[in-house]
Amino acid sequence: MNRMLMLPVLLPLATAILMLLFHGKVVLQRILGVLSTTLLGITAGFLLQGVLQEGTLALQIGGWEAPFGITFVADTLATIMVAITAMIGFTTALYSIGTINREREHYFYYPLMQLLLLGINGAFMTGDIFNLYVWFEVMLISSFVLLVLGSRPQQLEGAIKYVTLNLLSSAIFLAAVGILYGMTGTLNMADLAVRIPLIEHRELLTVVAVLFLVTFGVKSAIFPLFFWLPASYHTPPIAVSAIFAGLLTKVGVYAIIRFFTTIFTSTDAALVHQLLLWSGGFTMVVGVLGAVAQYDVRKLLSFHIVSQIGYMIFAIAIQSPLAIAAGLFYMLHNIVAKTNLFYMSGLMKRLGGSYNLRDIGGIYRTYPLFGLLFLVPALGLAGIPPLSGFWAKLLVIRAGLEAGEWLLVGIALGVSMLTLFSMIKIWNEGFWKEHPVSSHDFSTSVYHHQSMLNKSMIIAPIVLLGLVTTVFGFWFEPFFTMADHTAQELLDPANYIESVRGGAR
Amino acid sequence: MTFLMAVLVGVLYAAGIYLMLRRSMVKVIFGLIFLGHAANLMIFTVGRLTKGAPAFVPEGATGIAEPFADPLPQALILTAIVIGFGVQAFTIVLFKRTYLTLGTEDLDDMTSTDQLPGGKS
Repeated sequence: MNRMLMLPVLLPLATAILMLLFHGKVVLQRILGVLSTTLLGITAGFLLQGVLQEGTLALQIGGWEAPFGITFVADTLATIMVAITAMIGFTTALYSIGTINREREHYFYYPLMQLLLLGINGAFMTGDIFNLYVWFEVMLISSFVLLVLGSRPQQLEGAIKYVTLNLLSSAIFLAAVGILYGMTGTLNMADLAVRIPLIEHRELLTVVAVLFLVTFGVKSAIFPLFFWLPASYHTPPIAVSAIFAGLLTKVGVYAIIRFFTTIFTSTDAALVHQLLLWSGGFTMVVGVLGAVAQYDVRKLLSFHIVSQIGYMIFAIAIQSPLAIAAGLFYMLHNIVAKTNLFYMSGLMKRLGGSYNLRDIGGIYRTYPLFGLLFLVPALGLAGIPPLSGFWAKLLVIRAGLEAGEWLLVGIALGVSMLTLFSMIKIWNEGFWKEHPVSSHDFSTSVYHHQSMLNKSMIIAPIVLLGLVTTVFGFWFEPFFTMADHTAQELLDPANYIESVRGGAR
Repeated sequence: MTFLMAVLVGVLYAAGIYLMLRRSMVKVIFGLIFLGHAANLMIFTVGRLTKGAPAFVPEGATGIAEPFADPLPQALILTAIVIGFGVQAFTIVLFKRTYLTLGTEDLDDMTSTDQLPGGKS
């Protein structure tokens, strides 16, 4: 069972190598991509079952006992994240078939996608902070190339901002890892959790914690470190934007959860938790205000990523079991709904001819079913019951009220209204109003000229993720139980530490 | 020795951040490289500097006596240098391509992805 912990990393790696061997055979690469992400999903399912039955699993790589070697750890949080990554990877593999042009496909689009998944899964599975840095770099370099693939001027301009700020945050990460190693003599997360309370220089510890906060703050796009995101996420093809929007910032949020629950407890880094709380509030407000002003669907959605991250950060900063569970459920709901909205915006462009809301319209009249497909993730994101966003927001607000953060709860509710407003704006402009060109004929749209296969490859992911959003909403109980279980596990890391340090024989 | 290293790390950080704040793309790259070197040297310094005592177990002994140079920070730096090299190579190519495509290397001219479509600059 423990050896299975390698699979989420080995599968994408092996697939990427295999794809490179079949360079030029695009159809084969497409099939391999879908196949590998399906297998990844099955693996994640088995792992999740194993973790729920046997508790946290740990694999000491190369037989080097913790804390000397690199450890891979699957606790409930990491396994759930791998499972959701597999799902988003699978839908994006399908969506890419329908939307990515031949040229990009020939220039290693599919292997790069696998390498991106490799980096993300590695970051979730590792139990070593330097190894986390390495996985972050794997993820970043693949995302850099995916972002500029095609080299249109817009892409290059966005990439400059994305690359520079992410490299800056990596340099800070590296320095923080080095200082922490100098203070504790270990890099293993479980070992750090044991040794950090024993450190005498509490001031230096706060400095290191803030350095980590800045690093992960840049990666997860929290206020005031988010400016690279709306400047770059709308420039690549929509399949790339969608997977970035769904997963990359959430890897940063995952790292924040991991570092500021397991490694630095709230007594170790009280300042950071205070900073997180207010940063969460500002992130919500600034993100949504940016979104309301936009008319480009992709930019509007990019600003919404920022706004939604605010809710997760707010929940994580409260640190009660309910709040952590709320943050986790919010993250799962958001990954699915947000990716789906990006897929939908690609479909809208293919139907109406533009991403600019002023230049499109009338989709509902011709394609009423697509209207429904849009409304599921859009109302889900805004938090209309019984869809998943309602439960996510309810939990966050309940946790906030229990912690007595009245002002921030008020902000969260206000931001929720503005979220609904901007979703309705997309609906009104894109679906409801007449097309601005009165003679616009949908039968001449790009979508209409695609083959049946490509059409279904665009629609299938949207339907699939829409179903997941609905399932999260109607069968909320089991998912909440799992999130609650994860939160208990995170706030009481004894079990995690025991599995890692006692796991090697 | 530690003091000298600390001063060097400080100078590298200061130079790196100053260069990154400039508007020219070339200077930004140099800034990033300096920051990488500063971080590497910092890991080396905070991992304790021990001169002339490699971490080898003497023949016949089962362990080594303190003080000895900790090999782990050196391994970390090696990894970081390799990663940094790859990423910096990519960045240089990206910046050059951007310069050729956009015809400018002034970062203040690159605001089109931040503007509202149809809005005035």
